[in-house]
Amino acid sequence: FAEFDDAANLLAANPDATTISIDEPVEIPKNQHGRLQEPGREEDDELLGTDDSDKTELLAGQKKSAPFWTFEYYQTFFDVDTYQVLDRIKGSVFPVPGKNFVRLYIRSNPDLYGPFWICATLVFTIAVSGNLSNFFIHLGRPTYHYVPQFRKVSIAATTIYAYAWLVPLALWGFLMWRNSKVMNIVSYSFLEIVCVYGYSLFIYIPTAILWIIPQKVVRWVLVMFSLCLSGSVLVMTFWPAVRDDNRRIAVATVGTIVLLHALLSVGCLAYFFDAPELDFPAPIIPAHNGTTVVTKS
Amino acid sequence: FAGLADVSISEDIPVEGEITVPVGSHSPDEDFSTLDEPVRDTILRDLKAVGKKFVHVMYPKKSSALLRDWDLWGPLVLCVSLALMLQGGSADSKDDGGPQFAEVFVVIWFGAVVITLNSKLLGGTISFFQSLCVLGYCVLPLTVAMLVCRLVLLAGAGTVSFIVRLIVVVAMFGWSTLASTAFLADSQPPNRKALVVYPIFLFYFVISWMILTFTPQ
Repeated sequence: FAEFDDAANLLAANPDATTISIDEPVEIPKNQHGRLQEPGREEDDELLGTDDSDKTELLAGQKKSAPFWTFEYYQTFFDVDTYQVLDRIKGSVFPVPGKNFVRLYIRSNPDLYGPFWICATLVFTIAVSGNLSNFFIHLGRPTYHYVPQFRKVSIAATTIYAYAWLVPLALWGFLMWRNSKVMNIVSYSFLEIVCVYGYSLFIYIPTAILWIIPQKVVRWVLVMFSLCLSGSVLVMTFWPAVRDDNRRIAVATVGTIVLLHALLSVGCLAYFFDAPELDFPAPIIPAHNGTTVVTKS
Repeated sequence: FAGLADVSISEDIPVEGEITVPVGSHSPDEDFSTLDEPVRDTILRDLKAVGKKFVHVMYPKKSSALLRDWDLWGPLVLCVSLALMLQGGSADSKDDGGPQFAEVFVVIWFGAVVITLNSKLLGGTISFFQSLCVLGYCVLPLTVAMLVCRLVLLAGAGTVSFIVRLIVVVAMFGWSTLASTAFLADSQPPNRKALVVYPIFLFYFVISWMILTFTPQ
């Protein structure tokens, strides 16, 4: 009777795992809504993946079964190959309208590699680009002395890592709280939210490099463009999760997500990159006939 | 085992052999303990090991000497000398200058620890200190670049000196990255090599940036 022992052990290890019997109809989660099904609603259920949420929950429960004080537990968060990381980055830069980033790319395998190293790259990119941009802007000034401004690296690091970890924590807590009030909201796990936020920051890396160009219009166009791209990834991820809630709360949640994202990019632009059109006193150019000509740039 | 009680060894079968355990001779000449050797020998042996590793870094071949006998003396010496050479940078205010000694130290050691943890979490088979050893020793080309930069800056700080410094730093950055990749890449699972190499690239890029942007007072 070894099989029964194994099943009992498995169930004891994962008391929360749902056991699926063979003849259970898959349609039951959809019919539990208790109202008329519009075609759009079915499509969104596919978005949320409620028809295979049982399976994914079972798989997720079986995967992370090592206790949290062992090294193997943390190895499960780095269980990605190169092509998977590249796919996820591609998915964050080219958001497909209507597709959910979490369901499409992460699929119950959230990783910490992407968020951590994208944030690290972003920190150094912003610091280096800001330094370079200030250098080029002030290049003509005779009194300008180049400084590396290394302190800004630690400020950038604190800001970006705080954003990438505390905002998902707050959002996850908020979704859990609403989930306890409104039963039909699908809530993501904390790591999946961290994953989405981490990968959505990737677009800011080329944006920060392009911010070296000292034109105000170019910079603001870049801000808008990158905000649209990464904001749309976030919105398409979280809108299906809060849509079933009270209308005003849902709109307020998504609005706050986009607002915080915008604040991050505008704040980085304002703090690390000097404004390009400061009026500097131009160098005095001695003309040929002895008179000095002061030109304003 | 009741059935075996009446088995006895027949007396026609001779039993012979030796039961003395051979004891190794304890003559002091053959002893491998290093307690009695002169201090000069001990120090020279460690110095030779460190020097051999420096040579391995400058001419990276796929030898396992760097990995097998790891030590952290070399990385410590390199880190301290690099941090000392990065001192004396110019600063208008305290907040705008280059990295301080402690900042360089933290960046190098914390960065090396994070990269090692990253490669182990991705499934690498290298041990923690071996990886720290390799990453630390491969800072050697960048330390050489820092030395060259300081010498070039003694001559002047114009555009020509900047171009020379840029070329030297870029070349040494490439050398460091290639050397450490040559030593570390074999111990990674094959479909995750890029995931492990990228943080090493970022690490040496940051150190190269600190070297390149060093401006004296």
